[in-house]
Amino acid sequence: MKHLIIGAGPAGVVAAETLRKLDENASITILGDEPEPPYSRMAIPYLLIDNIDEQGTYLRKDQDYFKRQNIDVVVGRAESLDPVNKTVKVAEGDSLPYDKLLVATGSRPIKPPVPGIDHEKVTSCWTLEDARKITSGIQQGTPVVLIGAGFIGCIILEALVSAGADLTVVEMGNRMVPRMLDEKCGSMLEAWCQNKGVNVMTSTTVTAIEPKGDGVLVKTSDGNEVEAELVISAAGVKPNADFLEGSDVKLVDGGIEIDEFMQSSMDGVYAAGDVAYGRDFSTGEFGIQAIQPTAVDHARLAANNMHKHGSIRHRGSVLMNVLDTMGLISASYGQWEGVEGGDSAELLDENNFRYIQLQFDQDRLVGANTLGMTQHVGVLRGLIQGKFHLGHWKQKLMNNPLLLMEAYLAATQAS
Amino acid sequence: MQRSLTIDPEKCTGCLQCEMACSFENEGNFNPAKSRIKVFTFHEEGRFVPYTCTQCDEAWCMQACPVDAIKMNFTTGAMEVNEQTCVGCKVCTIACPFGTVNYNVDTGKVVKCDLCGGDPACATACPTQAITYVDASATGLDKMRAWASKTDNAQATT
Amino acid sequence: MTWTKKVLRVNLTEGSVNEEPLNMDWAAEYIGQRGLATRYMVAETDPDCDALGPDNKLIFATGPLTGTAVSTAGRYSVITKSPLTGAIACSNSGGFLGAELKSAGWDMIIFEGKSPSPVMLNIINENAELVPADDLWGKSVWETDKLIHEKSGDPQTRVAAVGRSAEAGCLYSAIINDLHRAAGRSGVGTVMASKNLKAVAVRGTRGVGNIKDPARFMKSVAEEKQVLAENAVTGQGLPALGTQVLMNVINEIGALPAKNMQLSQFEGAHNISGEAMLEPRKSDGKPNLTTNAACFGCTIACGRISTVDRTHFSIENKPEYWGNSGGLEYEAAWAMGADTGVDDLDAVTYVNFVCNEDGMDPISFGATVAAAMELYEKGVITKEQTDGVELKFGSAEALVWCAERVATGEGFGADLGLGSKRLCEKYGHPELSMTVKGQEFPAYDPRGIQGMGLTYATSNRGACHLRSYTVASEVLGIPEKTDPAVTEGKAGLVKAFQDATAAVDSMGLCVFTTFAWTLDNMAPQMDAACEGDWTVDRLVEAGERIWNLERDYNIKAGLSGADDNLPERLLKEASKAAPTEGQVCNLDQMLPEYYQLRGWTADGQVTDEVRQKFSLPG
Repeated sequence: MKHLIIGAGPAGVVAAETLRKLDENASITILGDEPEPPYSRMAIPYLLIDNIDEQGTYLRKDQDYFKRQNIDVVVGRAESLDPVNKTVKVAEGDSLPYDKLLVATGSRPIKPPVPGIDHEKVTSCWTLEDARKITSGIQQGTPVVLIGAGFIGCIILEALVSAGADLTVVEMGNRMVPRMLDEKCGSMLEAWCQNKGVNVMTSTTVTAIEPKGDGVLVKTSDGNEVEAELVISAAGVKPNADFLEGSDVKLVDGGIEIDEFMQSSMDGVYAAGDVAYGRDFSTGEFGIQAIQPTAVDHARLAANNMHKHGSIRHRGSVLMNVLDTMGLISASYGQWEGVEGGDSAELLDENNFRYIQLQFDQDRLVGANTLGMTQHVGVLRGLIQGKFHLGHWKQKLMNNPLLLMEAYLAATQAS
Repeated sequence: MQRSLTIDPEKCTGCLQCEMACSFENEGNFNPAKSRIKVFTFHEEGRFVPYTCTQCDEAWCMQACPVDAIKMNFTTGAMEVNEQTCVGCKVCTIACPFGTVNYNVDTGKVVKCDLCGGDPACATACPTQAITYVDASATGLDKMRAWASKTDNAQATT
Repeated sequence: MTWTKKVLRVNLTEGSVNEEPLNMDWAAEYIGQRGLATRYMVAETDPDCDALGPDNKLIFATGPLTGTAVSTAGRYSVITKSPLTGAIACSNSGGFLGAELKSAGWDMIIFEGKSPSPVMLNIINENAELVPADDLWGKSVWETDKLIHEKSGDPQTRVAAVGRSAEAGCLYSAIINDLHRAAGRSGVGTVMASKNLKAVAVRGTRGVGNIKDPARFMKSVAEEKQVLAENAVTGQGLPALGTQVLMNVINEIGALPAKNMQLSQFEGAHNISGEAMLEPRKSDGKPNLTTNAACFGCTIACGRISTVDRTHFSIENKPEYWGNSGGLEYEAAWAMGADTGVDDLDAVTYVNFVCNEDGMDPISFGATVAAAMELYEKGVITKEQTDGVELKFGSAEALVWCAERVATGEGFGADLGLGSKRLCEKYGHPELSMTVKGQEFPAYDPRGIQGMGLTYATSNRGACHLRSYTVASEVLGIPEKTDPAVTEGKAGLVKAFQDATAAVDSMGLCVFTTFAWTLDNMAPQMDAACEGDWTVDRLVEAGERIWNLERDYNIKAGLSGADDNLPERLLKEASKAAPTEGQVCNLDQMLPEYYQLRGWTADGQVTDEVRQKFSLPG
């Protein structure tokens, strides 16, 4: 059996490992389009602040790891799919054959439609190569504009500031991280960043980037102009599935539609991770989650089904995110925006930058946002995914949302 | 035979000797706030529940780690955090459905129970045998692991 | 070390909060907690001051072992001048607040002055601030605890507070921490309320460390925990039955005072005993006791977590009391049970809840009710004062009524809040007050246990069993059995217990360890943890120094040898209980020898020789 995996991110690697565990003899190949060994983008912020070296970003540390696992890692970019001959054409290279194919190509940054976005002083923050460019471009006092205060933008803030950047953040939403944090949470995060000397402009868009001297002039929708020597574009990502356009693999919103066995509309072709249009645990709806834990879930399930189709059903992944923005930690889970007719509870301590908000559907927890919490946060997942009926503990949580662990223990240990 | 921590809340008196032993072993001082095992108090019910990582088979933390910093110790069965490798991204802390992997702000790394390498200090310190370190097949563990299955997002079809 | 070497000084008049270094020279001599805080009191206050005035100070003090893994090392004491006795007060409490304070980085908090309006102190590690507490004033301890937790959001916040009784001026109000642990005796809560200080909330996440020899310390701690585990009292009796293990034992030897100490045995003792707390109730089949519970770090776990029968008259319409809370300790069960003649376990448990809820010392409360009952039965107090309630011995309804009145200070509750001495004086019968230095007796009849007579008479905080618990020797045979009926040798026994106990308290340990431990078990743990060489001899010497310092304070506060006395009843009215029939307490046979062993004058003054020997100040 020949398994071909396109994408050398966490989904690709976990799928390969899972396949190897299931079948000692299968041929397993990972095709990745970056020159480095498989690495984690999650680790890039820590590379930027010098906490780790590049090797520290590698998904597997042992140099011979993949060789020992008998997993081929091939560098090259998939160009097209030939479903009849079951091969994938690699750009400037041969075609790779497969019996089962996993598309785990992840996502890539969106280029916002702004005049001047292709200027050489504008970079994304997505790859190790981008990281190198950013670190070399910032000295003490370098004016930097960050477009987008989303997950990626926020997670690299500390690195930019500690490198000395004089930083302006332009976010089109009315708060920071609007797709992960509610209004209170996002606004507190904004106050936190402002306190730390970052100029945050929300409800603002970049309208143009024009050359000026050695740098650029960034014009914004509120009529401001900010000079910058470096512009980092972090305005969101989209699935990397362009090479499938025109094929019979069905795409929705740019992602690969998959069924409960992680298979695409084409037999033998599976998808996992950021590129997959998969099921959300909370809503049962399909969509793109583009988060690390989901990528790993997908990979594990896809590998099982590639090994033996129909063996494991995907019940959906819980949306969850954790973000460290200059030392302030926020997290979100599931339906943090609440559900119709559901109750919510919150505890706010603005002075100390602490916040927690819970969303209930009847007496079950379905979503949450936290800020400034580092202990027992994961139990939110347990409560949401376990779909536990909280009974009278719901009221206790309504009174004090921090009694999460107690509620969980009461729900699970009731004997 | 691998052994595991087994917790019997009925025997717990809430003395926090386990939390002190854990923090002393791992942090060098007596600091329940930094303990990897926690005793939760249910005042109105008159009940104390010690709680820590069950080293679950699913190992959500290990799977979620993007840099391979959490690995199983094959002697003890514990999922151990390699501090050198951990970058502090906290993904494991939200992925662990038991809430037993936590971020240590002081070190910038995550911490979890590692069974003290096979001689858990909490079990030794417990005066009432509410926490014991016993053969993995012993009663009680199955119940604790059953919690894990409630969180599985996959459903075996066979 | 293990001292944090930091003192938090809170000036309530000015509203200021300051950090200062701990006086380590004094720590070397007075250890910590009880001893060290008394040293601060001596240095900083006039013993003659008004206990409820701004010149009195209130000290929350931990010991050097507080917050470490030594078994029971979670304690703190509150040291101040008592409004009940006029003597130095030191009330020791368990629970979790003491260790939390230490973990926040503080050895002690010194409160001085008086706040112009209600405040509370919030401590999160090194950050301490006074915040307005107008919203908490007028609230019970339990409500206060709830409101503070709602505000902090952190279930781990530890709270000590005073209840409505203290606000109303009850002279035996306690400071309650962790809902049902009490710095209980001598009215330390009354002092706190007099300063407009409603509560102290603490969260400490720094930990307690700097152990001198960690490996030796942990080894010693483990060994000594084993000693506690293997001892019949600390390993079996106390965990199973709590201090209530004593109710039947003391009753059987004819030393359980009853009905304001008119009797030395109580016919209803079994009904309110530890054994009775295990018996299933008719209504729901559950026993009074739900579980035992430990204070911080304690491997004995004598604490009781109990419920009151939901169908009992005291709570049948009050669901807020249907859950578990702190159950009966022996002294409380005695004072509110045997001494009032009430053998209704649910009533006594409910009244215990009320004492915790509104911060009353259950010993003083129960004993004061007992005195009031005797006054009522003698026709001195009438229904006019009691709103028609029949205040008779044995009436559970009367007991409950009294507790609810003292909790708020309403009506006759204000009279009962005076304590037994002032109540009996007010009604013209001082001889009916069973007190020493104005403080009510605990649960051992000195006619049956002679050493306890000397203990009560000479205790530096008024009648108290915890200053020299000779019951251990005279009844339980620990460390060796002595005859409770004889006076010979008791002076030495009392002195030895007093000095050792002062050292135990000052280290931050629980005196209940002494059922199994002597200083021989404690010194190695102390020495491995703390800087300096800590031998048994040094601890004994420090204990004796502390005892003399407290005595000296009291003399300067105006007390004298004449106050080392017992009520006539115990000296003249013989026991009628079979095992101790005909016995009185022969205090006069013990006291002169005691003074001599102490090196004091014949009228109980501390001599210059003693001052010099222990380098006492002033």
